[in-house]
Amino acid sequence: MITTTGLTKVYRTRGREVTALDGVDLHVREGEVYGVIGQSGAGKSSLIRCVNLLERPTAGTVTVAGQDLTALAGRGPRAGRELRQARSRIGMVFQHFNLLSSRTVQDNVELPLEILGNSGRERSRKALELLDLVGLADKAKAYPAQLSGGQKQRVGIARALAGDPKVLLSDEATSALDPETTRSILQLLRDLNRQLGLTVLLITHEMDVVKTICDSAALMEKGRIVESGTVSELLGTPGSELAAALFPVGGEASGDDRTVLDVTFHGEAATQPVISQLSRTYNIDISILGAAIDTVGGLQIGRMRIELPGRYEDNVVPIGFLREQGLQIDVLGREALLVKDGAQ
Amino acid sequence: MQPLLSQACWDTLYMVGWSTLIAVVGGLPLGILLVLTDRGGLLQNVLANKVIGQIVNIARSMPFIILMVALMTFTRWITGTTIGREAAIVPLAIGAIPFFARLVETAVREVDGGLVEAVQAMGGNTWTVVRKVLVPESLPSLIASTTTTIVALIGYSAMAGTVGAGGLGDIAIRYGYQRFETELMWITVAILAVVISLIQFAGDYAARSLHRRGGRSGPAPKLRLLKASTATSKTV
Ligand SMILES: Nc1ncnc2c1ncn2[C@@H]1O[C@H](COP(=O)(O)OP(=O)(O)OP(=O)(O)O)[C@@H](O)[C@H]1O
Ligand SMILES: [Mg+2]
Repeated sequence: MITTTGLTKVYRTRGREVTALDGVDLHVREGEVYGVIGQSGAGKSSLIRCVNLLERPTAGTVTVAGQDLTALAGRGPRAGRELRQARSRIGMVFQHFNLLSSRTVQDNVELPLEILGNSGRERSRKALELLDLVGLADKAKAYPAQLSGGQKQRVGIARALAGDPKVLLSDEATSALDPETTRSILQLLRDLNRQLGLTVLLITHEMDVVKTICDSAALMEKGRIVESGTVSELLGTPGSELAAALFPVGGEASGDDRTVLDVTFHGEAATQPVISQLSRTYNIDISILGAAIDTVGGLQIGRMRIELPGRYEDNVVPIGFLREQGLQIDVLGREALLVKDGAQ
Repeated sequence: MQPLLSQACWDTLYMVGWSTLIAVVGGLPLGILLVLTDRGGLLQNVLANKVIGQIVNIARSMPFIILMVALMTFTRWITGTTIGREAAIVPLAIGAIPFFARLVETAVREVDGGLVEAVQAMGGNTWTVVRKVLVPESLPSLIASTTTTIVALIGYSAMAGTVGAGGLGDIAIRYGYQRFETELMWITVAILAVVISLIQFAGDYAARSLHRRGGRSGPAPKLRLLKASTATSKTV
């Protein structure tokens, strides 16, 4: 639904050059919620602003719903008619809501429809319908200043949906909100994604956001995407930074002569008593350093950090046993081996 | 005395009314253009911005009395005469256009760039941004700017007496200063004070009620504009 290839953005300000995006290849499938996460300055906002060409990429292409937007952009700094039409089919929500304070809630939602040239009656019908959808039907005549942050963002979302977009872009839509409100806004986005088949590309610096609603995620660092995939792919990738951050377990090895494993359970495997089987079969003592069960991207997964006596070399057989049970095993402190194991 | 004063009141209102109207019609687009053509603006054009900015600065720093003399040929061309109320409106309006344009520029710059971006993301063009964002969002400030301009114009209009345009200021000078009829002078001063207060009050009320509706935080635009106007009045 959204594809970028070799997307590069260089900002030039008074002789200084900042490469905010450095050859980003992003692929967002139709109907999924895709999260891009990264530290401040990683280039997340630059990326999302390049998707609807609010920011003109220095190089690379952006395709949304099969339409090459970079080709529509033209030469000059101003957006031509075709690009503006394409933008009207891409919804966008902002961190600071960006509602017009001089307009009522309903008039804010009607704004995109005014731009599209809909008739007055059509506009108010649609606006009220959308406000109902986001649960603010009773606030139609209020001004943004009279709303809470969460309510403002709901208006922002209703407004973004006014043009019946297939794609919704969200730049830190929940970063200005408290945890409770964040949850309800994420839930709303999730519902819209399911009900309307809306493809959502969201930017965040909070792992919780990715965990709660994303089907896929990408990690950005210094203008590049360093990891990406569906959440289950990521969790299945040994040594994945994103997976570790999405689902952290703690616990330190109790001595040098120990092997520490992160065992990840998905679906079926979660219900089998593998640890006690392991202990009985090989007659070894297993200490559990940490464990957690959580729902990530709608998947029930468990992760446990266990410690086996002896070095890695001594534990090759038990580790093989665990892998045979369909578990994903990450051996801590053996990054190199890990990648090799993963490749097999 | 009564007919004299009422005629003077009417002359002042006539001159100030028309010149305000022209100043708003001319200054509003000029002020918006100053913002749009600036670096990073939607119609970025550094050369145009510099040229417009310079013209505005020169026109604004011109003392009104000089402007009036300098514009005589132009005034005659427009109105067919260089004396009387109509003739005074020309320099008043031309002096007030750059004054108002700078106030508009300040007001429009205050509009949150995020709103402009939101409208662009909806597929709006520059004209849409001006109509739906820049003007309505800065409306309270624009009204306050208009009030400031009216008050300044009442001040300038006193000088218009020198071209026989009449008005309250003219009476105060002619009767009070030149003929020592202090009573008449004080009456005109009182009338001027009342008129200015009423205009300021009405303007503040309109700006504030719009502002309250929008309910934005931050200082009231009035304070900022008053500061701007004291800074500019030095150069007038
Ligand atoms: N308009 C601009 N002009 C110049 N440099 C810019 C501009 N916008 C962003 N940058 C630079 O590009 C880099 C990436 O910025 P960007 O806003 O995309 O980061 P981000 O990941 O969204 O960060 P945050 O989480 O803080 O929002 C930063 O180094 C920033 O300073
Ligand atoms: Mg950002």
